[in-house]
Amino acid sequence: MDELMAQVPVAPGIFTWPTDDPELIGSRCADCRIVTFPAQDACPRCPSTTMAEHRLPRRGRLWAWTIQAFPPPSPPYAGPAGREFVPYGVGYVELADEVKVESRLTVADPDALQTGMEMELVVVPFRTNDDSDDVVTFAFRPVNRKDRPT
Amino acid sequence: MTMDVAIVGVGLHPFGRFAGVSGIDMGAIAIRRALADAGVAWRDIQFAFGGSYEVDNPDAVVALLGLTGIPFTDVYNGCATAASALTLVANTIRLGDYDLGIAVGMDKHIPGAFSADPRLYACPSWYGEVGQFVTTKFFGMKINKYMHDHGISHDTLAKVAAKNYRNGALNPNAFRRTPLSEAEILASPMLNYPLTQYMFCSPDEGAAAVVLCRAEHAHRYTDTPVYLRASTVRTRRLGAFEVHSPWLPIAETVGATVDASRAAFDTAGIGPEDVDVIQLQDTDAGAEVIHLAENGFCADGDQETLVADGALEIGGSLPVNTDGGLIANGEPIGASGLRQVHEVVLQLRGQAGDRQIPGRPKVGYTQLYGAPGTAGVSIMSV
Repeated sequence: MDELMAQVPVAPGIFTWPTDDPELIGSRCADCRIVTFPAQDACPRCPSTTMAEHRLPRRGRLWAWTIQAFPPPSPPYAGPAGREFVPYGVGYVELADEVKVESRLTVADPDALQTGMEMELVVVPFRTNDDSDDVVTFAFRPVNRKDRPT
Repeated sequence: MTMDVAIVGVGLHPFGRFAGVSGIDMGAIAIRRALADAGVAWRDIQFAFGGSYEVDNPDAVVALLGLTGIPFTDVYNGCATAASALTLVANTIRLGDYDLGIAVGMDKHIPGAFSADPRLYACPSWYGEVGQFVTTKFFGMKINKYMHDHGISHDTLAKVAAKNYRNGALNPNAFRRTPLSEAEILASPMLNYPLTQYMFCSPDEGAAAVVLCRAEHAHRYTDTPVYLRASTVRTRRLGAFEVHSPWLPIAETVGATVDASRAAFDTAGIGPEDVDVIQLQDTDAGAEVIHLAENGFCADGDQETLVADGALEIGGSLPVNTDGGLIANGEPIGASGLRQVHEVVLQLRGQAGDRQIPGRPKVGYTQLYGAPGTAGVSIMSV
């Protein structure tokens, strides 16, 4: 069955997909070099309108985090709710010296998350749409395997 | 000129849940109480600003008070809505066109976490779809990082929440008037680590109103005027760690609260050491801890000792949220900041009853913070 289900990105243009090594798609200002995620048309600093697409580093360090332990109000939340809800981690990952990106985390256990730990980008299913397709989104997981959920 | 506007009347509709009472009804009740407190009639009021999230037109309250034709402007500015209404009333008096005006806030929220369409906050739709457009999640992340960076314990969060429930029990207008132990607070469901359910405030219902006049007229209305020394609103700058941010730049800067606080102290010409009573935005217990430092009342990390020593209690050296704050009162967005002003005015007049701070407080301070990175600060003195 799994082979028959399509995987659909939650939105176009925020990460490269399908690929074994997905990258987040941000933008960089040609004038002041600030990096944004997602891509935007105007720079939030200079504010130039010469933003160009920029692929973000796939690894970084966890800068801040929490656990989302209850289903967010829906809409806008579209993931599993009620008894189907599964808590998920959320954090900012500092990607090299370019940008901090807020993301779901594959880990939802406070004991397995530490500020400063190395994280890497993955693409994970987070809900099934009306066509029974897996809707996938980006997330960060610990690089160190012992920190990943089993 | 900084001491040119005075508060001569305050009024409150209690905060909580009131089936069958509309937001507008509560606004009218708060206004009538503020007018009675100032000893003026509605027809004496020359202009008004009204704040609300749920009520489209707070100015419709004139239907319940009198259609006097005054300029009545509605404002909405997130959790800083009430600070904006207060600032606009004060500044309008400073312009010299009017002598006597009123700020009113009213709201009636459904239970549960606030939500909206992310696109209305300049965020992409997917940000909400995947479950990241959640205000409580931001507050969890912010205090979790702050605890890591500055050595604040889970017990301190519980002590702050317990203090606010205790203060709320002394406040007949509060939503939550049952004290909760630190153990009960820590044992309640974890909503956004490290914040448990009882560490958060709740959206609810209520209204508050404040009558202001030119300072030189204040003694026509009251023997105990409270002067509005500063009222300041600021929004976030690039690099501040703020709610609803899908990304942040590497270079960090201080948040909107710090900017608003510094500007307010500068305008008032006084410093944090002069303040006797403090009302801070305690969306959650962690926010009160962080805001204590962001507003200049202590260094980062000192909260651990200050809380353990009882400094934030009604009898302490830095009394914070003497009426129970948002944690005990809930947050009707449009009214919340005027509830803070109401409490400071009562404290400075010596009229706060069972929760009156000892001594003769002379300077009070209020702070609001909310999405998408907006802060309001006011400083008052007798």
